[in-house]
Amino acid sequence: MKRQNKLNLDVSLIKQARAKARIIAHDMQEFINQYTTTTIERTICRLLGIDGVSKEGIPLPNIVVSNIEVDIGAAVFLGNAIIQTGFNPQEIAEKIAQKKLDLKKLPMGDINGIKKTIISLANEGAEKIRANREIRTKLIQTYGDKEGPLLYVIVATGNIYEDIIQANSAARKGADIIAVIRSTGQSLMDYVPYGATTQGFGGTYATQENFRLMRKALDEVGGELGKYIRLCNYCSGLCMPEIAAMGALERLDVMLNDALYGILFRDINMQRTIIDQHFSRMINGYSGVIINTGEDNYIKTVDAVEQGFTVLTSQLMNEQFALLAGIPEEQMGIGHAFEMDPSIRNGFLYELAQAQLSREIFPNAPLKYMPPTRYMTGDIFMGCVQNALFNIITKLTDQRICLLGMLTEAIHTPFMSDRAIAIDIAQYIFNNLHSISEELSFKPDGIINQRATQTLQKADELLSIIKEQGLFQTLENGTFAGIKRSKNGGKGLEGVYRKGNIYLNPFIEIFMERGVA
Amino acid sequence: MGKHIRKMKEIGFFGKFDLKRIKPYGDSINDGKIQISFTLPLPNTNRATIAAKRLSKKMGLKDIDIVFQKSLESDFTFFIVYGVLVHSVDVSKVAMVSHQSKSMNMEEIDEFIREHLRRKVIVLGATTGTDSHTVGIDAIMSMKGYHGHHGLERYEMIETYNLGSQVLNEEFVRKAINLNADVLLVSQTVTQKGVHVKNLSNLVELLEAEGIRDKVVLICGGARISKELAKELGYDAGFGSNTVAEDVATFFVKELVQREKMD
Ligand code: B12
Repeated sequence: MKRQNKLNLDVSLIKQARAKARIIAHDMQEFINQYTTTTIERTICRLLGIDGVSKEGIPLPNIVVSNIEVDIGAAVFLGNAIIQTGFNPQEIAEKIAQKKLDLKKLPMGDINGIKKTIISLANEGAEKIRANREIRTKLIQTYGDKEGPLLYVIVATGNIYEDIIQANSAARKGADIIAVIRSTGQSLMDYVPYGATTQGFGGTYATQENFRLMRKALDEVGGELGKYIRLCNYCSGLCMPEIAAMGALERLDVMLNDALYGILFRDINMQRTIIDQHFSRMINGYSGVIINTGEDNYIKTVDAVEQGFTVLTSQLMNEQFALLAGIPEEQMGIGHAFEMDPSIRNGFLYELAQAQLSREIFPNAPLKYMPPTRYMTGDIFMGCVQNALFNIITKLTDQRICLLGMLTEAIHTPFMSDRAIAIDIAQYIFNNLHSISEELSFKPDGIINQRATQTLQKADELLSIIKEQGLFQTLENGTFAGIKRSKNGGKGLEGVYRKGNIYLNPFIEIFMERGVA
Repeated sequence: MGKHIRKMKEIGFFGKFDLKRIKPYGDSINDGKIQISFTLPLPNTNRATIAAKRLSKKMGLKDIDIVFQKSLESDFTFFIVYGVLVHSVDVSKVAMVSHQSKSMNMEEIDEFIREHLRRKVIVLGATTGTDSHTVGIDAIMSMKGYHGHHGLERYEMIETYNLGSQVLNEEFVRKAINLNADVLLVSQTVTQKGVHVKNLSNLVELLEAEGIRDKVVLICGGARISKELAKELGYDAGFGSNTVAEDVATFFVKELVQREKMD
């Protein structure tokens, strides 16, 4: 189906805004290239096959990284150790944990030899990811992919086994994407917990074993239903790239990955997050994961009508950061949301304008559209109607990833029945409005078109300012979500290191070679 | 008693209206009609239906009508049930206090502090534990406030410190001691699996261990926080949805004055 442009937008203005966003991202990239972080080094360990925990329960990647000079990097230290000892990375990690090996005490061998060793191991690691990617492509080919909005629901019981029951139920009802929400507090942990977990709060811990269990369950129910059910989790917090690596190894399909979310909503240091998001997205790109950006969150704390243009501004920057990490447009689940105050006259028209604007500016992106949350109240009956309006816009503007609203949003993380009700309502609406988008056009100079043009103009102006002052300064000024952060404040700055002369991350080249598809 | 109800009573329709026996209202007085919905961990068969009926009966329903049931998964069934509640309650002795609060306004509160305490009140606030929701505490503390009601920062006689979110209880207590705070405001939004209860109780324990529990007015708040829960956990007060700064300030200034008098 061919999409029409309905908003009459000024094409040169879109180009101009995009060019500014590109400059902002490229400036930042120069900074990013000079640094690594502890979690990036732990990710390298994971991709080289290190997993598990010590007797004390400390993840082995953390143990290895506390035994190296971070500015030289895990790859060089491990490569050296492999040559010197003949052990593989996992054995090396275990020996360090048992205090039988000290990487810093090994004499450093010839750097070219080390590089050769580690690059060939890295290729093996990347091969696993490539294989997973192929399995996904094959399964989707076999079953055929759904057209129109994918129904995305969350499970968040805190217990992975309970989550599986809920996910199963949702899949049978018609859900296409299952997202396992993470436990509160995980973002601030500077390690990834290990094994299957049953005690999270407001969500379930992201662990590799939990990923694996859910993947297996969804493959099974998908097999029965004859469709591929996508699995989603979150690359945010202090371990963005490690979670991306786990997602790549366990064939997750969708991952939240926002360049600014951790900074704004978890007070993670901005330098740390900007560096981490880059490698994290590179992994997502290579593994064929659709990333989801988090602009929807901005308008949870500031007014969506007044600040709608900050959403577009950030979307344009997120797009450029994604391109720099090798993510093609088809994997960019650019985010936005339906969050205006329900009491506004013509609010629906403004929402429609914003959603259509995202659609036209990112024509090839599988847009992620978020339902009302902040104006949901305990009035669950009214809530169903708020969600219905959201669903209508989803269909009218041809969004791809439709995060279903829950009638009990203001009360608790969803009950099984909340999810089923949401799926039934969405299917009813999408079916009834099946071809609506092709039938409707907007009044050329009407409220919707004017609102969209205004939003674009304001986003372009803001991008000029950010381009002048740089992204860090913009965050210090509190431009996004009304939240101010300082360049050296927040959590995790101690994990940031300037790369030394012989630093090596073998995966960057492997992941980027694929280029932008 | 509402105007309409009084009128109805006058013309005789309401012979059965009785504060001693209040029941839900469907479309006629004392009909006791209610609707409920729930899910049972049973496949959608007659066994599930019978279980739903029996449970409804145990909840105090008669004339039970299962108006809707559907399978959520092979092992779960969702029900919507209508019925007539057999129970009633006596509220004749409960004094009527309107939901509109009778709080003082900002000027009155500042004046009250000047007159009775003759010094600025120091208020320390934060969202503690792993919770990162700040909109609630900001609504109470920030200059801008909430729904057109300024937050405590705006008050001349109140000195505020808002530490933001994800503040560890230990850090919060240390700060309270350093600042010699009069009032502690704690916000908790995430309540799944009782995480707020653990976190709020832990704060009380720490304050007691430091010997300052009695030196502060300790208040918690959040969408799922009730007065009763707050008291149970050892707080002086708790505030839920739609609270504004005046409500909280009225409470703590009065409490501070009363404590001063007792000393
Ligand atoms: C905005 C929002 C967010 C934003 C928060 C941004 C920010 N800076 O605060 C973001 C997107 C970051 C977010 C994240 C999460 N959220 Co949230 N979020 C919401 C949302 C949509 C609105 C909350 C809000 O801002 N309300 C407006 C304020 C003004 O209301 P309030 O908090 O009740 O405050 C008033 C009163 O309660 C009182 N009050 C509040 N605090 C205090 C303190 C004192 C001392 C006093 C006197 C009074 C007082 O006064 C205020 C003014 O009247 C709600 C859903 C909803 N509609 O309620 C979910 C919701 C609160 N979130 C929820 C969850 C689970 C999360 C996450 C844990 C999800 C996850 N696993 O990642 C994460 C948080 C992670 C973490 N570490 O905490 C759940 C909580 C479920 C539960 N009961 O446990 C909700 C209900 C959604 C849901 N149904 O799942 N969230």
